[in-house]
Amino acid sequence: MSGIITLTVDGTEVEVEEGSTVLQACEAAGKEVPRFCYHERLSIAGNCRMCLVEMERSPKPVASCAMPAGNGMVIKTDTPLVKKAREGVMEFMLINHPLDCPICDQGGECDLQDQAMGYGLADSRYQEEKRAVENKNMGPLISTIMTRCIHCTRCVRFATEIAGVPELGAIGRGEAMEITTYLEKALDSELSGNVVDLCPVGALTSLPYAYKARSWELSHTSTIDVMDAVGSHIRVDTRGNEVMRVLPRINDDINEEWISDKTRHHIDGLASQRIDRPYMRGANGRLAEASWDDVFAAIAKAVKKAKPSEIAALAGDLADAEAMFALKTLIETLGSPHMDCRQDGSVIGQQGQGGYLFNSTIAGLDEADAIFLIGANPRHEAAVMNARIRQNWLNSGLKVFRLGEAVDLTYPVKELGTDANILDKLVSKGGPVITALKNAKRPMIVVGAGALNRKDSAGILASVSAIAKAVNLVTPEWNGFNILHTAAARVAGLMMAFLPAKGGKATADIMKAMEKGEIKLLFNLGADELNFSQRSSNTTMIYIGSHGDHGAAQADIVLPGAAWSEKDAIYVNMEGRVQHAHKANFPPGDAREDWAILRALSAVLGKTLGFDNLDALRAALISAYPVFGNVDTAQPARPKVLGRKQAISDLPLTTAITVANRGAGNSRNFYMTCPISRASVTMAECVKAFEANNDVKAAE
Amino acid sequence: MSSLVAAARSFLLLEIIKGLGLTLKYLFKPKATLNYPYEKGFISPRFRGEHALRRYPNGEERCITCKLCEAICPAQAITIESEPRPDGSRRTTRYDIDMTKCIYCGFCQEACPVDAIVEGPNFEFATETREELYYDKEKLLSNGDRWETEIARNLAADARYR
Repeated sequence: MSGIITLTVDGTEVEVEEGSTVLQACEAAGKEVPRFCYHERLSIAGNCRMCLVEMERSPKPVASCAMPAGNGMVIKTDTPLVKKAREGVMEFMLINHPLDCPICDQGGECDLQDQAMGYGLADSRYQEEKRAVENKNMGPLISTIMTRCIHCTRCVRFATEIAGVPELGAIGRGEAMEITTYLEKALDSELSGNVVDLCPVGALTSLPYAYKARSWELSHTSTIDVMDAVGSHIRVDTRGNEVMRVLPRINDDINEEWISDKTRHHIDGLASQRIDRPYMRGANGRLAEASWDDVFAAIAKAVKKAKPSEIAALAGDLADAEAMFALKTLIETLGSPHMDCRQDGSVIGQQGQGGYLFNSTIAGLDEADAIFLIGANPRHEAAVMNARIRQNWLNSGLKVFRLGEAVDLTYPVKELGTDANILDKLVSKGGPVITALKNAKRPMIVVGAGALNRKDSAGILASVSAIAKAVNLVTPEWNGFNILHTAAARVAGLMMAFLPAKGGKATADIMKAMEKGEIKLLFNLGADELNFSQRSSNTTMIYIGSHGDHGAAQADIVLPGAAWSEKDAIYVNMEGRVQHAHKANFPPGDAREDWAILRALSAVLGKTLGFDNLDALRAALISAYPVFGNVDTAQPARPKVLGRKQAISDLPLTTAITVANRGAGNSRNFYMTCPISRASVTMAECVKAFEANNDVKAAE
Repeated sequence: MSSLVAAARSFLLLEIIKGLGLTLKYLFKPKATLNYPYEKGFISPRFRGEHALRRYPNGEERCITCKLCEAICPAQAITIESEPRPDGSRRTTRYDIDMTKCIYCGFCQEACPVDAIVEGPNFEFATETREELYYDKEKLLSNGDRWETEIARNLAADARYR
């Protein structure tokens, strides 16, 4: 469809793709066109009129955002007519906009402020009364001051198109127009925070961030999100040593320009429940503060007492690659084969990279034409990714099938129930899913955590492999086999084989062995989703982590680690994309980067690790596992035949974000899935608000 | 001849008499000095003295934490922290001025959209320790209460030029 058309903007000729708008052509010519309602990723509304430009042979200026570019058009953006038109629009815009910039959180980063400076008049001629609009309730994350609204309807379009919760709309006409949630209820979306970024004025601002800081006092750090395995690109804004807010960065391959509410708002958890010094369990059975020397001496004693085969290590969901590599190296030097980075007990990782990655890549979701979800709930496990699937469905009517818990994914899904046994039947007898996948050019199977951490997961994987073969899922130009990870640390752990070595025990076996007292010493690198309370009394657990959560509470020795914002670290997302996160603030008190703690400990144990700084550690990591050297590229691989023949149980297939959530009947609990989000007051408020919301829905 | 005149001048102490004459003249003129601290000179309404935070007549503090004064302060003497007050309005929880850093340029007053932070007419706030010059919100508000009459008069006097 896409031919190239040529038009003239301010005397310069530009070539744009057919179907572009005049505004895009102006941008291609390097001309700035002011706008409020137009947004690259939303549909065109054309209601703010700020983007007026002059077009030859048109008696009036035209709204460039809604005007399709045509061959041979002559556009002018810098004529007196355009200037006057913009001034007029700006004057109308400011008629009802209150002059409360000093108390507005948008002040300093406000489109209306900037454009009023750039394109507006210096004075107001308006003497009459301004209107006032009642504020709306949009839940615990969005603060509304609706008098400031200029009716660009970006939020309405976002909620309807991207988030898939058509709960926002406009009522009334002309001056009486209001944006509202109709029913005065919170915006029930995992992406709701993005409307704050979209709002060009201060009508929708972040409630947890209200009045806390001004945009000009913040320092920005570009880094990577760890709340899910998507690895969204984010910008952390800090003031002093405090993380004030998280904003998305644009990355078309991963998160486009959205981030989930958990990513955006869990940050108050970074400052609470922190472990800021080493702790050791005293004679009275309580954890007491201790010095680094004392805890290291105690660990050395424990290590000496335990045989190499009685030592084990577990890595949690937020661990960075450097820390896991340091721990793995230490455990190997101590001579133990017992280690695992899959605290959820999933059975992936030992059959090659293709067997545990999101091989189609996240951008590949745009091309898919049939998706089969197995035990996966992308809406809660990878909210940003779910928006992409929805986009695909909106644009091209993507077919989605699901085996697993029926959760609203914001697009229609053909349900296949929750019984995993039908997988075998699908292989032998076929069905609409198989036909759809077979006929699809770009078929995808997405296996989620819910299908991977069961006792019969190997059987499920084997059946999935059989289906993959039957529908020709993996071809030289397309790889449709995908694992949907939920933890930011997992893929890095699998890539460096932070897995049981020969004769080693996996998570479940380590837990069992600890109950029997066969494992005497456990290094727990932030694994908080497990229940250690049953472990035998002659075991010692060393917890290295940032937050006082399940793990630290049950540990004998607690070492204070740095949280994600406090370290330069490598994370690998579910596509195998190696990404470098950067330090935005400093860890509190005595807390240190996890790898540095392990390096110091190794010296006390007499098994000094071979790196003294982060660069040396990374060099060692890359030389041991070269995949880590390939930064910022998805690294899909051909999956081998996975799993093994095993009977599949009748247990219904649920979707679960974490093991801790599993079975507790709260698979909906999107907001609290890791120690940091559990420590966050904002996230607790979200759980409260949205569960109340659900109760209302249930009552209806 | 000239040497004769010079000799006569020095002999007759003419310069001394001239000087004494000047002294005598000023003896009968009105005094130029002030008996500070009992007397004080004229102060312009624009005088930039000790800072104060003002209130509205109903007692509500004016400052709304826009942080423009903090941003404009060339000496970075102002530190502000804020959060929503229980009634939902935007107010400071901390408003500190380090008076030892302040260069009394008056930019804070210029930047303030609500005439909350002002440099009042008071210049007599010398202290014995530096610590006493680290003003907090309470001190600044009490300054405002104490000097409100003068500050309001000065602002009114200067209003037509602003």
